[in-house]
Amino acid sequence: MLEALDLAARRGLAHLFTGLCFRVDPGQVLVVTGANGTGKTTLLRMLAGLSMPSHGEIRWQGKRVAPFATAVRAAIAFAGHLPALKDELTAEENLASLVALAGAPPAREAIRQALDAVALSRQRALPARVLSQGQRRRIGLARLAVLGRSFWVLDEPVTALDAAGTDLLARMVADHLERGGVAVAATHAPLGLPESRVRPLTLG
Amino acid sequence: MSAPNAAPNAAAGAILPGVRWSLVRDLKIALRSRAELGVQLLFYVIVVSLFPLATTPERTLLATMGPGVLWVAALLASLLSLPRLFAGDHADGTLEQIALSPYPLEALVSGKILAHWLTTGLPVAVLAPLLGIQYAMDAESLIVLAAALLVGTPILSLLGAIGAALTLGLRAGGSLLALLILPLYVPVLIFGAGSVDAVRAGLGAGANLSLLGAGLLVAVVGAPFAAAAAVRIALD
Amino acid sequence: MASLNWFKYASPVAFFPLAGRMIPWFSWAAAILTAVGLYIGLVMAPTDFQQGEAYRIIFIHVPTAWMSMFLYVVMACWSALALGFGTRLSAMMAQAIAPTGALMTFVALWTGAFWGRPTWGTYWAWDARMTSELILLFLYLGVIALRNAIDDPRRADRACAVLSLVGVVNIPIIYFSVKWWNTLHQGSSVSMTAAPQMAAIMVTGMLVMSFAAWFYAIAVVLARLRTIMIDRERGAAWVAGLPEVRNA
Repeated sequence: MLEALDLAARRGLAHLFTGLCFRVDPGQVLVVTGANGTGKTTLLRMLAGLSMPSHGEIRWQGKRVAPFATAVRAAIAFAGHLPALKDELTAEENLASLVALAGAPPAREAIRQALDAVALSRQRALPARVLSQGQRRRIGLARLAVLGRSFWVLDEPVTALDAAGTDLLARMVADHLERGGVAVAATHAPLGLPESRVRPLTLG
Repeated sequence: MSAPNAAPNAAAGAILPGVRWSLVRDLKIALRSRAELGVQLLFYVIVVSLFPLATTPERTLLATMGPGVLWVAALLASLLSLPRLFAGDHADGTLEQIALSPYPLEALVSGKILAHWLTTGLPVAVLAPLLGIQYAMDAESLIVLAAALLVGTPILSLLGAIGAALTLGLRAGGSLLALLILPLYVPVLIFGAGSVDAVRAGLGAGANLSLLGAGLLVAVVGAPFAAAAAVRIALD
Repeated sequence: MASLNWFKYASPVAFFPLAGRMIPWFSWAAAILTAVGLYIGLVMAPTDFQQGEAYRIIFIHVPTAWMSMFLYVVMACWSALALGFGTRLSAMMAQAIAPTGALMTFVALWTGAFWGRPTWGTYWAWDARMTSELILLFLYLGVIALRNAIDDPRRADRACAVLSLVGVVNIPIIYFSVKWWNTLHQGSSVSMTAAPQMAAIMVTGMLVMSFAAWFYAIAVVLARLRTIMIDRERGAAWVAGLPEVRNA
């Protein structure tokens, strides 16, 4: 369960947002919308624990958390703007490496299955350099699936995904929420989720 | 998918797996960009070869200058490769994933520093004695030089990582990094280059190498913490 | 009771007027002590039988050298507070100290050079203390350069704090290594900072000048701190209400 109390962010002298309060229960997704420059990425990075708010506090599972808190790092799967892929490594190696980074050295079969599930089975031995943006994004989706974390933070997750990819993402988020996970997503795409599960938040 | 949820808690305090993750990954990536590694070493060879051209080919003078030149060139080679320590990961979003990993950031950073040394400092330490022949240095000097470089170049990587993390993403990056780190390199330079002088003066290199070794221990323990703190500051 | 008062002044709003009241006191004290100290050094102290009149420059050289090292340690302390407690004022203090510290180092180096010329025949002799002082100047310039290179004030505060702390730990190591190097290579016993046999009056003069330098540093740092506060807090209401800002 995620809570924000009186959250504020500064950029230079101006405030991006102030007095933000919300609560996201298990099985719910906070959908953050707003024009460019209103602080969506800043908010998501704060919730992920990468940066410190200029005011207010964030609570995870009822306890106040500072940036890089251990409890959050154990529970989170963060998908930022950039897919964190290395050009020199193959799709399979990239995925295995990122999953291992999260503390779970993966079985090779699990990695292959994950890549199959996102329609990248033929590309798995190709270096990431030759993959398209959409294919790189799909590796990110595969990572979310394999990690099975309870707290998802997704920044513009539908970028570069085609219709099939977007459908897959929507299904994955729905399944995640059904399992009792918490999610925060900055996106304008309709994910087709039941309204009871969605907490909208508009910045700016 | 319940098994992966247990792993992060086990990873929370785990140092060696964290070190191994970034060490193996960075080495794999470095070896696949072999051309880049070759260029760094070539830079070292060229710089070392420039000094006699600018001064004199006279053998006794070269022998006096030799250790100093080989050390300063090692410092410069280290400085040249340091910005890339974190910049690549920062640019493609990996650094955020690393910072959010349950493994201790200090461990992950240590692995990167070790990989950096293995691909820059260690080759320099191996190459330097060969180049020392150009400087009319005798066998004993060359052995001591190699030993000092072996102990000293890791310190350069460790201290340099702090500078690289502090200057991540800044415009003036490389030159600023040099300004910040070179004063801290001075003791390594003094004791490292001085080891050869000590041997030539008949004093033996024991004191120098011990001091370098002590410095290495302190750096191994302290630098990852400072560098990890600097990484978190840069990601803020 | 005392602890309450401290935290009251930990916010820029409260400290700004207090700093303003402190500056004139320290400025006057510095001016008076400088006059006294220079009188002692230039008029009262006897001519040194080894170095003649030229030695009198130590009455500026030594105090500024001491202040340069002292200010770095103070800057590091404020940096530690800034990192530990996250207080903006601590970070602003560290930011205000760096330029004055660099200036002190610079003056120490120049006066040292001018002392060396008539005394030892050379402006620069690579002796241990002067070389360490030179490296200290680079350390100060590094902190200032890092501050200028980072746009976000909060990141700049924390990055400079880390750098200052790494620097302060390394200063004794650097000094030790340079001294070791210097003694190893000592041909003649050239030491630019070997003090002449100190008559009591000379020690008094140097102490007076040291306090003068210290109070000068406090006054200048507080003045710079107020400027930094106005600049960094300029969005805040209390800054807009200041007479200096309204009349600007």
